[in-house]
Amino acid sequence: MPESSLVKDIHSNECGAAPSRQYSQSLPLHRSSYLLGTFCTEQNVQECLSHISQEVSSLGLPPAWKDSAGSSQLNVVAVLNCMYDLIQLHRKGLRTLENMEVEQLKLSSNVDYLQFTSTRLKEQLEISKRENTGLLERERQLQMKVKSLQNCLKNEKEEVQKLQNVIASRASQYNHEMKRKEREFNKLKERLNQLLIDKKEKKQAIDVLNSIGRADGKRSLWKTEKTEAKHEGEMYKTILSDYDTRQRELMLENAELRKVLQHMKKDIVSILGSKKLTTKGEKPDDGCLQADSEEEDEVFNSSMESVELSCVHVREKLTNSIRLQWRRLKSHVERLDSQASVAQMGENENSDAVTRETDKEEMDRLKLEIQQCKNFIQTQQQLLQQLSSPCDEETASLLSNCYMLQEKDRLRDEWKTLEEQRKIFERERRNFTEAAIRLSCERKTFEEDRAMWLKHQFLKFSPFEESKKFQMSKSKSAFLISESQVGSGSTTDMLIRRPSDTTSPTHCVPLATTDLHCTPSTSSTKPKRNTEHEEGLMLCNGNSCNGHAPLQWNKSEDHSSHTQEINSSL
Amino acid sequence: MNFSEVFKQSNQLCKVSPDGKYLATCVQYRLVVRDMSTLQILQLYTCLDQISHMEWSSDSLYILCAMYKRGLIQVWSLEQPDWHCKIDEGSIGLVSSRWSPDGRHILNTTEFHLRITVWSLCTKAVSYIKYPKACQKGLDFSRDGCYMALAERRDCKDYISVFVCDDWHLLRHFETETQDLAGLEWSPNGCVLAVWDSCLEYKVLLYSLDGRLLSTFSAYEWSLGVKSVTWSPSSQFLAIGSYDEKVRILNHITWKKIAQFEHLGTINNTKAVVYKEVERKTAVCSDDLSLHNITIGSTLFNTQSKYEICPLPVQIPVVKPDPDRANPKIGVSFMAFSSDSHYLATRNDNMASVVWVWDMQKMSLEAVLEQTSTVRCVQWDPRRPRLALCTANSKLYLWSPAGCVSVQVPSEGGFQVLSLNWHCSGDSLILLGKEQLCLCYMDTDQEDK
Repeated sequence: MPESSLVKDIHSNECGAAPSRQYSQSLPLHRSSYLLGTFCTEQNVQECLSHISQEVSSLGLPPAWKDSAGSSQLNVVAVLNCMYDLIQLHRKGLRTLENMEVEQLKLSSNVDYLQFTSTRLKEQLEISKRENTGLLERERQLQMKVKSLQNCLKNEKEEVQKLQNVIASRASQYNHEMKRKEREFNKLKERLNQLLIDKKEKKQAIDVLNSIGRADGKRSLWKTEKTEAKHEGEMYKTILSDYDTRQRELMLENAELRKVLQHMKKDIVSILGSKKLTTKGEKPDDGCLQADSEEEDEVFNSSMESVELSCVHVREKLTNSIRLQWRRLKSHVERLDSQASVAQMGENENSDAVTRETDKEEMDRLKLEIQQCKNFIQTQQQLLQQLSSPCDEETASLLSNCYMLQEKDRLRDEWKTLEEQRKIFERERRNFTEAAIRLSCERKTFEEDRAMWLKHQFLKFSPFEESKKFQMSKSKSAFLISESQVGSGSTTDMLIRRPSDTTSPTHCVPLATTDLHCTPSTSSTKPKRNTEHEEGLMLCNGNSCNGHAPLQWNKSEDHSSHTQEINSSL
Repeated sequence: MNFSEVFKQSNQLCKVSPDGKYLATCVQYRLVVRDMSTLQILQLYTCLDQISHMEWSSDSLYILCAMYKRGLIQVWSLEQPDWHCKIDEGSIGLVSSRWSPDGRHILNTTEFHLRITVWSLCTKAVSYIKYPKACQKGLDFSRDGCYMALAERRDCKDYISVFVCDDWHLLRHFETETQDLAGLEWSPNGCVLAVWDSCLEYKVLLYSLDGRLLSTFSAYEWSLGVKSVTWSPSSQFLAIGSYDEKVRILNHITWKKIAQFEHLGTINNTKAVVYKEVERKTAVCSDDLSLHNITIGSTLFNTQSKYEICPLPVQIPVVKPDPDRANPKIGVSFMAFSSDSHYLATRNDNMASVVWVWDMQKMSLEAVLEQTSTVRCVQWDPRRPRLALCTANSKLYLWSPAGCVSVQVPSEGGFQVLSLNWHCSGDSLILLGKEQLCLCYMDTDQEDK
């Protein structure tokens, strides 16, 4: 039955939560306009009663009735009171609802109004902020202007100061000059006064002893038109020669500079020409190739026509072409630089390929070279090590001595030869000494023989044999001593010892001469002769024996012939 | 380096003959001529009054002695000591006197620059030149001695007269575009005449030998202008020193400025070498302080000095000139080229103890020499690039591209070197003190630092 189900629904609704009761109640109230009388039926009066009493008590109203058991008699008063309370409650509720609605309206209008004002104020704020920044900006600009104007003012002041200083210095300079001129003027006035007073005027005079000639020796000429013209001519000549030299110098300088420019141009052209083969497909290059060929022609042409280079047109052409080439070279170098940087980053472009390839080839070549050099160095190091490492003693000594061996051998041989020579010399010397000794012995014997012979001769004529013999032997012994002393060295010593004995070439025969001396002079004083004899002996030993006797051994013989004689005599 | 003994001289008049064989000095009113190599006195002449000016003739045969106060000139002959010549200017007075380049004429400038009298020693004739201008350098002879340029002023205008020195024939006479001509100078090749205005206007005019105006140069206006002008010996450059402490170099082809040298108070950022003279007082122990030593004086108070190379940046001592005085001590007043035109030595007047040497090939500063006191005289060796300078103490300073050296001049009484002159051969120097002179013979080797 739909109505009962509806009732159950209501119940279930009513048994729900308290706060939703009003709504749930309003719903059913709403519905209850259709369902009035359907809540309570005759069957469920008690239930409805209890339910209503519960509700009423929950609303806070006094209970409508007492639960009497099983009586369906309603307390009408209570019910009416209850109904009245309920209606009052309802009315109060409606009133509060109205108030609240009014309140809400008011509040919402307030909110609207506030929102409106807030937006308005925000806009105002924005506007004023913008104005503020604008004003700040203007202030800043004005401050800058003020600063610059202050600087200007300072500069102007400085300039004014400078100009004032200048004026002051000029003024002081003018004053100084004025004073100087005034002083001079005063001096002039004084001098003029003095001259007017002074009657005797000292005239100018020159007093020369005699005129001297001109410095260049020529005679001075009269001043005529010819000389004047000559002077003019000379003056112009000097000016012209000066201009000539200057022009020559400038021409030389120009020629040099032109040469330098041409060299530069040639170099640039050659550089660019070689590069053109590597770089491809660039528009300006194509255009330039033609121009380049033109330029090259021009280069050769201009070298031929060096004379015409003084022409302005050609000069301009040359400088322009150099500028063009230089610009091209510069752009090319810039391009290369960019390419190199790009290549470093590793991008692969067509135009890069060629340059990179060439770079790669270069790199490989260089690497190979480096490897070769390294190998070379290594082998060298090894060899050096071998050399410097300590080897066994034999080889070490050999090595250390190997350079010296040859020398040593040579030296040994030389030493040997020297030794042999020394021995030979020794032998020879010994021979010589022996010979000398033998010679002296022989001489001694010879002298003895001769003495004997002479004695015999003399004794034939003189009575003093015995004494003579004795003295002779004495003298002889003295001589022998001296001779032995002398003859111990080489025979040449004797030769040298008689420098003053010039007249008597007979050097080694003092014995003979003195002997001869003493023999004829014995006729005179005898005792004296002994001393004389001894003296003579002494003298003959040291110096010349010329002073003694005319009897000299005049034979100009040398040692060998004398010995021969001796030998022959023996 | 050898030094000769000290001789007397007066008035800083000591000149070597142009052929380099003789040395003439003035002692009061006497003229002493010595042989250059032996320093023996060859001739002794006596003049009538104290000699104010002395000059050799160009052929080294005659000497001119001028006595300005008396207005007299006496000329002496070296070959004939008996020959005499006396020129009396009379009441007109004498302000300056000089030889003509041929050595046979004497040009006397009378007092107040009224006229120039040309006396001929050959003919005893006289000629007059009127209205010469009294200025810094109003008269100049060309180097070959052919022409003479004279500044004249008539009716408040400047003129230049060019005379032929042979017969004093007036070759050219033209007006110059100057306000107040201050000086003129022939170029060494004798073809260009540089004319500059007074310091109130910066203007340098270049005239050719025949009087045509070749060019005008003016660096700035209003401030004080040109202070000094000098030609390079090759006639290639004209150096103009001005009151703004700068030197401007003009070239002889375009007569435009090719370089500008500034004398800054702080030197940095150059490749130049800065030499600074450093003095060291010699330490004296108490034993030496005997009366004998003090009376001798020189050894006690002699200070050793040597050059030190200063690292950059260097501050140069600057003396600000008095702004109220005329001819202020500021600007480049001294400039000199070396004989090969390679170097230019300059001096800025407000840095008076500093000499600047510029390289003309690189157009940059080569060396800076900072002395302890004001530099008095700077001269280039006539043969090689060697600079000698003195600062009124007893030392001689030499600079060459190899280095710098300071030499003590040995003398007993303390010899203050006030000026110096090179001998024309470049082998010896003549040092002039207040009353003394001394010769310095150079070695043929190079100096070292």
